[in-house]
Amino acid sequence: MAAIEVRDLVKNYNGFPAVRGVSFSVEEGEVFGFLGPNGAGKTTTINILCTLLSPTSGHAFVNGYDCTGEPGRVRSSIGLVFQDVTLDGELTAYENLKFHCYLYNMTRRLTEERIEEMLAVVGLWERKDDFVKNFSGGMKRRLEIGRGLLHRPKVLFLDEPTLGLDPQTRFRIWQFIGGLKEKEGSTIFMTTHYMDEAEVCGRIAIIDNGRIIACASPGALKNSLKGDTVYLKTADDGRAQVELEGKFGLASKRLESGLKLIVPNGEKVIPKILSGLAVEVNEVNLKKPSLDDVFLHLTGREIRDEESAAGGERPKAERGRKRVARMIMR
Amino acid sequence: MSYKAIYVIVSREFKRFFRQRGRLLTTIARPVLWLFIVGAGLMRIIDVRAHGNYMQFMLPGVIGMTVLFSSIFSTISVVWDREFGFLREMLVSPVSRVTIVAGKLLSGTSLALFQGTALLLIAPFIGLGVGIKEIVLMVFLITLVSFSLTAFGLFIAAHLDSLEGFNVIMNFIVLPMFFLSGALYPVENLPSFLRYLTFVNPLSYGIDSFKHVLLKGGGTLTSEFPLSLDIIIVGVFAAVMTYFSSRAFERR
Repeated sequence: MAAIEVRDLVKNYNGFPAVRGVSFSVEEGEVFGFLGPNGAGKTTTINILCTLLSPTSGHAFVNGYDCTGEPGRVRSSIGLVFQDVTLDGELTAYENLKFHCYLYNMTRRLTEERIEEMLAVVGLWERKDDFVKNFSGGMKRRLEIGRGLLHRPKVLFLDEPTLGLDPQTRFRIWQFIGGLKEKEGSTIFMTTHYMDEAEVCGRIAIIDNGRIIACASPGALKNSLKGDTVYLKTADDGRAQVELEGKFGLASKRLESGLKLIVPNGEKVIPKILSGLAVEVNEVNLKKPSLDDVFLHLTGREIRDEESAAGGERPKAERGRKRVARMIMR
Repeated sequence: MSYKAIYVIVSREFKRFFRQRGRLLTTIARPVLWLFIVGAGLMRIIDVRAHGNYMQFMLPGVIGMTVLFSSIFSTISVVWDREFGFLREMLVSPVSRVTIVAGKLLSGTSLALFQGTALLLIAPFIGLGVGIKEIVLMVFLITLVSFSLTAFGLFIAAHLDSLEGFNVIMNFIVLPMFFLSGALYPVENLPSFLRYLTFVNPLSYGIDSFKHVLLKGGGTLTSEFPLSLDIIIVGVFAAVMTYFSSRAFERR
């Protein structure tokens, strides 16, 4: 049985399509990533899977339960870490976790056991009686992830788990999540628009404009580009271009200064070029394909462009959250 | 319904209440300010020596005010939780919406009950005798009034998107409710237009029931409706508001 099964999922907001027919499935124990720019439909999909939104059409199953028909069963079998902090700052770390355990109807003994264990895992045992409002962003994140795991969910959803954190903290959180997979064997479903973050996943679905445009392991996605990029700066780019074409049969592209060529195996090709070219080479640069390049190749845009065009990531996330909150409560 | 969930929701509200110093201080200071500053001033110009004094008359009204503010303010936590995302922690848990509403209702009611009852401590200092019988009756009546107002507050909060909206509610619903409740002056002396407004204000009946228990002097400054009518009206208001507030939360 697949941990998550989604078929032809569609969600419209007042006629505007946010998700337009998405299908995928996630196996048990897999770390599956949803990668795409803001507004691509990632959070909407996660909210449908977590029973916070109902889909316009299509089906979603989590742990074999129907997200629309059996929301209660879905809810007890999943853990969720939201994009933004959902802890109560007026409560201590311990009290926040206790609140969670009681919502999930755990016994007092089990609650104490699990909290102690989980606070040790997230490295916050020493701070258990401190108010959460005094915690740093990274500490809050760790506490939230720990909280999401207290009731041993079969599937853990992480919505942009490291949004707004500094690189060092992001790195620690990723180490931590990697460890969780080993120790707890949970299935992890995450969304992100950080490319380096997506590398952690076993499989990635690239989502753009509400559609999945590619779905494979990070390695396979990058290999699909079939090539490394080599940048050359020479004393005479024009002559170099002619020589590359003539001697090596390599097509290259003139940049503002220098040349760019795509080759199957950069490490092997560069020494040959250097010894073979008559033109003096001033600079060589080799770039292995990244998921950024994959996204660029598939959509013709850079994922980061979207972000700056949207005017930063925070306000957008905020709007989406409020919209969702309204949908739920009203 | 999960009792554990209700317990933990209520205990969270209590912890928050006692940890927010400003809120605790306001709770103590507001009734004292009304009684001993507004009351002391008005006592000089309102001559009611025959039927006790004005400060005594104000106590049931000030208890009503405290219960009103406390009940409505405790429901702001719903708006707060939504604004700061904590509500989603509850909504994605297996706990039903009804349980969340029950938890908020219970915590709002008990916080208001606690604050309203504490004000009875002032009674001996302004010359009002309060015995066991009065205390028991007052606890019952304050519980009923707190419950109805918390349900009313939850109904409003379910429709609010932001904390800014709460200010509007304060000015256009809560304050008029207080002023038109007979808390500060007898209802029967009001011009007829305003008097009709007090008749549709459920708080008038709540405060009137407090007057039944606390003021026994007779004359103009006592209760104006029969106690049974007070209890029935507040009870019906509580039932209707509970129904509407849980419905407001069920909608998806």
